[in-house]
Amino acid sequence: MTEPTASSPTTEDTQAPPAPEQAAPAGSYSAGTSARPAEAEKPRGLWGDAWHDLVRRPMFLVASVIILVLLAMVAFPQLFTSVDPNHADLLKSREGPSAEAWFGYDLQGRDIFSRTVHGARASVIVGLLATLGTVLIGSVVGILSGYYGGWVDNLLSRFSEIFLGLPFVLGAIVILTTFNSPQEIPSGTRVIMQVVTSIAVLSWPIAMRIMRSAAIAAKQQDYVKAARALGATPRRIILRHMLPNCLAPVLVYATIALGGFIGAEATLSYLGLGLKFPVVSWGVMISDSREFIQASPHLLLFPAGFLVVTVLAFVMLGDAVRDALDPKQK
Amino acid sequence: MGRYVLRRLLQLIPVFIGTTFIIYALVWAVPGDPFAGKCGERSCPPSYVAEMTARYHLDEPLIVQYFKYLGQLFTGNFGETYAGVQIGDLIANAYPTTVRLAVVALLIEGVIGVAAGILTGLRGKGFLDSLVLISTLFLISLPVFVTGFVLKVWLGTELGLIKTSVGSDPSIGELLVPGFVLGSLSMAYVARLTRTSLMENKRADYVRTATAKGLKQNRVVGVHLLRNSLIPVVTFLGTDLGALMGGAIVTEGVFNIRGIGGLVYKAILTKEGMTVTGIVTLLVLVYLLMNLLVDVLYAVLDPRIRYD
Amino acid sequence: MRKRRLAACLAVPLAVSLLATGCGGGDSGPPADTVTVEWGEPENPLVPGNTTEANGSNVMDALFAGLVKYSPDDASVHNEMAESITPSPDHRLYTIKIKPGWTFHDGTPVTAESFVKAWNYTAYGPNGQQGGSFFEQVKGYDELNPEEPGAVPRTKELSGLKVVDPTTFTVELKTPLTIFPTMLGYGPFYPLPERFFADPKGFEQHPIGNGPFKFESRTPNESLTVSRYDAFRGPDKPKVPKVQFKVYDELDTAYEDLVSGNLDFIRQVPVSALAGGIWHTDLGRGAQEKPGLLTQNIAFPLYDKRFQNPDLRKAISMAIDRPTITRQIFAGSRTPADGWVAPSVDGYVPNQCGEYCTYNPRKAKELLAKAGGFQGTLQIISNGDGGHAEWSEAVASSIRQTLGIDVRFTPTPTFSEFRRQANAREFSGMFRTGWIADYPSIESFLTQLYRTGASSNDYEYSNPAFDAALDRANAAPSIPEANRRYAEAEKILAQDMPVIPLWSQPVQAGLSERLADAKATPFRKLDLTSVTLKPQHP
Repeated sequence: MTEPTASSPTTEDTQAPPAPEQAAPAGSYSAGTSARPAEAEKPRGLWGDAWHDLVRRPMFLVASVIILVLLAMVAFPQLFTSVDPNHADLLKSREGPSAEAWFGYDLQGRDIFSRTVHGARASVIVGLLATLGTVLIGSVVGILSGYYGGWVDNLLSRFSEIFLGLPFVLGAIVILTTFNSPQEIPSGTRVIMQVVTSIAVLSWPIAMRIMRSAAIAAKQQDYVKAARALGATPRRIILRHMLPNCLAPVLVYATIALGGFIGAEATLSYLGLGLKFPVVSWGVMISDSREFIQASPHLLLFPAGFLVVTVLAFVMLGDAVRDALDPKQK
Repeated sequence: MGRYVLRRLLQLIPVFIGTTFIIYALVWAVPGDPFAGKCGERSCPPSYVAEMTARYHLDEPLIVQYFKYLGQLFTGNFGETYAGVQIGDLIANAYPTTVRLAVVALLIEGVIGVAAGILTGLRGKGFLDSLVLISTLFLISLPVFVTGFVLKVWLGTELGLIKTSVGSDPSIGELLVPGFVLGSLSMAYVARLTRTSLMENKRADYVRTATAKGLKQNRVVGVHLLRNSLIPVVTFLGTDLGALMGGAIVTEGVFNIRGIGGLVYKAILTKEGMTVTGIVTLLVLVYLLMNLLVDVLYAVLDPRIRYD
Repeated sequence: MRKRRLAACLAVPLAVSLLATGCGGGDSGPPADTVTVEWGEPENPLVPGNTTEANGSNVMDALFAGLVKYSPDDASVHNEMAESITPSPDHRLYTIKIKPGWTFHDGTPVTAESFVKAWNYTAYGPNGQQGGSFFEQVKGYDELNPEEPGAVPRTKELSGLKVVDPTTFTVELKTPLTIFPTMLGYGPFYPLPERFFADPKGFEQHPIGNGPFKFESRTPNESLTVSRYDAFRGPDKPKVPKVQFKVYDELDTAYEDLVSGNLDFIRQVPVSALAGGIWHTDLGRGAQEKPGLLTQNIAFPLYDKRFQNPDLRKAISMAIDRPTITRQIFAGSRTPADGWVAPSVDGYVPNQCGEYCTYNPRKAKELLAKAGGFQGTLQIISNGDGGHAEWSEAVASSIRQTLGIDVRFTPTPTFSEFRRQANAREFSGMFRTGWIADYPSIESFLTQLYRTGASSNDYEYSNPAFDAALDRANAAPSIPEANRRYAEAEKILAQDMPVIPLWSQPVQAGLSERLADAKATPFRKLDLTSVTLKPQHP
């Protein structure tokens, strides 16, 4: 779908070969990319360089701190709150923030702070896994499709178009309902995996098209032709040469998709599918607050606020990583 | 190139059939009995269920049902809903509204997204950049129904600037706010994409050459830089149109836009297989054609791309 | 260059065609003489015998007039087209005389035959009309609805219906039913013109009735417009020139439209506006509330062994804190139930449920222990697309915290799936049931729900004593006496508790500032003849 890096029509000779392991000693490359003079005696390579660069960016540091705190919430919610997120005291319904309940109570009389902390787990896991799934499937299919071209490309592209044509809601309803028999109550993990699956199955074509466009453009570059002339196997070409260059647009998409997928989970809850009691997620909380946005805005503000901050952190992280990896940004 | 286009058009057919069959099967697979819920809180008389089942061939195997439907479709008859309404009428009423909404959303996301991207891409990192970044992130992470509801209540009920719902056959003006809401996620992406693209190409040699040659800054940016940077953006916008048309369920609900999003959603829930398949068939066609157009456009705009 | 031209050749026509379908349009809303009303797309064709759900019913009530009419204020029964409805001494044979001179919208006269032919058509099984089961009581119904699937009935007419003369016909029932005249205002009992029998399918596109409004036009999934029928003979004349029913998928959107002046009438107020009494502030005089004939209950699947102990059922009922739930979840807009019928219905007796519907944690725990406890997870099942999630969760919490058993709210994704499980007797836990009376009688809340084998007895409740009590009431000498006996039958339910009564719902409606008056009926429909516009300034 998009191909931001590959489309720049610079003349290829002036472009530094982006796969340092291949040709010149890595030292000369790292001297070109990092602003540091010959302080680095040992050649670091692309990834080492990227890391070195990253830890010096404030955006990366801030984002990492936020994400670490978030991951702590996901792994150890007990550190943050001792209140049971599902304990409902109807008499406290919709009370606002107070000393004993920092975020107030929701419609059922449950502590919102506790629910927000516990909700991090489901939301972040759904977002991460769905993004991972989408990017993995999409990238593999996309890069193969872009590299081989011909009938492979045709077949894979048409196959992906079938999925693109399916309405998200229809696919989600079928996946989320047919695989659960009406009698049994599906466990939280099972429902989470099903939500992840429905999002990934219906979104991978987009990642695939991005990767494919980047791969097509990369394939035409001289360094690929050179590698092929030198006798490199397709696997080596794809993994070592094309992939690092095609990664950037997919990364841009992935970091935004993460936020979108957490939001997609909220929309599924809004439509009545997806996660249910006793699983709590920000999406569930946001959709529960729908009727009371005017009467009790705190029901919406806190989970939505956490959602925005999380998405912000991941996107900042993605930006920073992409900037560090992309030699053209220096 | 011509042969490529022809080949793609031919390949449309199996994709089309494949997709429609999968959709028909998916609706069929949704649990539920379409006539069980028709009579309110009571169960329907068995005679009613028997009559409806026979009339809509629901007791026959899936393949038979699908081919009967396909046969009908090729004569232009979209069939009728369980309430006796002609599906063709429903589609003819709802489709133009959705197309209008999608085009408005596309224009808004294109114009605002590209403008924001250009501003931040040219200036580089700074306060404006962070501002745009954060506001686009807000739009991405807030679910559509929240953005829609907030805008509707604020602009409509409180300030009275817009009507809180659009009438039937809405005008472009009425669709501006819903279009904004619908396109908000993509707008964020367009802005970031433009920004990224510009920032890369800013350092390219041809830009340096052009400036060195003495061209005015406006011309350098407008003629050379933009044309190259906008290629990925334009191709994204092309495919987004199809996605916008298919995905506007929530926006249509919030603003009561009688488009195909809500129609498909309700039809899925009531297991109206023919309605869902009929609408999605058209959507898929548009999507496939737009994809083809985008692929061709991409090859045209970027001379390095070859399809043979 | 060739590529550019080719691309242009492709792009331009495609873009133009897309824009062409998209461009144009833009209307400025309905004219000033049209009253707009919130509505939903009907689920069935617009034929009165095939319409038992709310949206289709609303339109049918505007287009047709029946033998009797229910007053929008309190649902009391008044003759409309009927001159007289005379029962035989044993209340089994009714002689119905209709007023002469009434016409359908196409000018043809309404005769006794219009009624009899319509009723025969609806009751005839192979026609597949949803309202057919309302003629169960009439002699000859079984012949028109044979049990074996695929069997074709030998006759198309109910033997119990006879036309005596153009304005008189008789109805013979299988067993005595004193309250039969009360039922006659409901949709399936409307008359039909000859035009219908000539072309039933065409009729669906353009229904022709004998009511205060006539059908104008319809855009499916968008709106339906009716206009005043000046030759209407009934006592309540139509007062506005046109009414447009507008389809809304979200009640909140309809409410916003009402508040901002885009819509004239709404039949229900969404929860978002009930909270904190916002709707009174927004609507002022336009906020209307009256007792309704709607109840909400939770039923037990009595076909499941685990729920067959009445003490368990009573324990659960006493573990539900109804007053707190209605106050917190519904902003006080529900009335906790004290019986199985709505309080405003004719024949209601207060406090039939007694202590079993009162929140009493101590007693509930005692009864639970007496019943031997409950193992495993107790499910509360409802359809996820109906807005029942909040109260179901609240009820689940109440039971969970009072009795200490694991209670979960389990939504089914769609209403049709929910009904399918109900019909197939597949529920593995308690399930939501709700009821809107079809006609204003206590019997409407009892027979169809709790009689052995009744059409809505999804829980398989069967008590011969209850059935016998119903029979006694059906054959009572007068309607007040019948009501008294029905109330006695209701008392039996308190001992068995097959269904836990939760609350009854008032009818809350909203009017825009343009309307001088508009009345919602206790059935939560709009009575179009009550709609009046304020005088418009020229």
